[in-house]
Amino acid sequence: MSLVARHLEANGIATVIIGSALDIVEHCGVPRFVFTDFPLGNPCGHPWRRDMQASIVAMALRSLAAATEPRTTTRAPFAWKEDPKWRDRYGRIDPAERERLAALGRARRERQAAALRLKRLPSAG
Amino acid sequence: MPFPGADEGLVQVEGEEPIRYIERTRLYYRALGYESDYVWATFEDVPFQRLARPLEFARIALITTASPIGLGNRDADGTKRVWSAPVVPAPPALHTDNLAWDKETTHTNDRESYLPIEVARGLAAERVFGALTGRFHGVPTEYSQRKTAMQDAPELLLRLREDGADGAILCPI
Repeated sequence: MSLVARHLEANGIATVIIGSALDIVEHCGVPRFVFTDFPLGNPCGHPWRRDMQASIVAMALRSLAAATEPRTTTRAPFAWKEDPKWRDRYGRIDPAERERLAALGRARRERQAAALRLKRLPSAG
Repeated sequence: MPFPGADEGLVQVEGEEPIRYIERTRLYYRALGYESDYVWATFEDVPFQRLARPLEFARIALITTASPIGLGNRDADGTKRVWSAPVVPAPPALHTDNLAWDKETTHTNDRESYLPIEVARGLAAERVFGALTGRFHGVPTEYSQRKTAMQDAPELLLRLREDGADGAILCPI
């Protein structure tokens, strides 16, 4: 989405990203970013919390109108509920899982290679 | 600045370190046996465009990385395309299972939590900004940065121009 924001912005459309992957977005470099420090999946606020979602969208709108330079990041003042363990869980490699993950990777590469072969077949007719 | 609706239950951030997704993703794919690391896009220069009209008159589009239910944004060969749908009526749900998000911790049963159409329409009704465009748009998440930059982003730009959008709020899941 960061590449998309850059393209729109370079062509006259002002953009703001609302997202939860701070490092990825800032590594790319975007015009405006509202950072919500939540698990990936609900960048615009906790599920069913319309008041929080409205605050976050309002922040994005203010950033759209008020930012004066690129790489403007605003951090939303909300945390993820009462569960502090989510940061440790996401995408962590459990040493006991290494063999299973390696097998998963092999199966995935085989599927990708098969899909690629299929795409390269001349289409009928 | 006070936040509208910042009442009970909205917890202040207490200085936790954000997750470093680039590093976690790198370690995960190494564990899957991939030999080369994904190279995330990075640029020194960042384009910048002021909003062409005052916010109270601006037409704003919402953009998602989700797909329509039924995956109608796929070609026969599985290639994902930019897609669009009306904001009224807002879709009750979208397809998110194919995306990388924290499926252990949360859920995407509330579409507003990742594509806040009704929330934004409410803010427009309160005159916080002019109006939403008549359509929202979906942009696929792709491994190929070239496809995003050369095909999907230009296609989205065309659609936003058709809609008369002054600005866009992009909400990657």
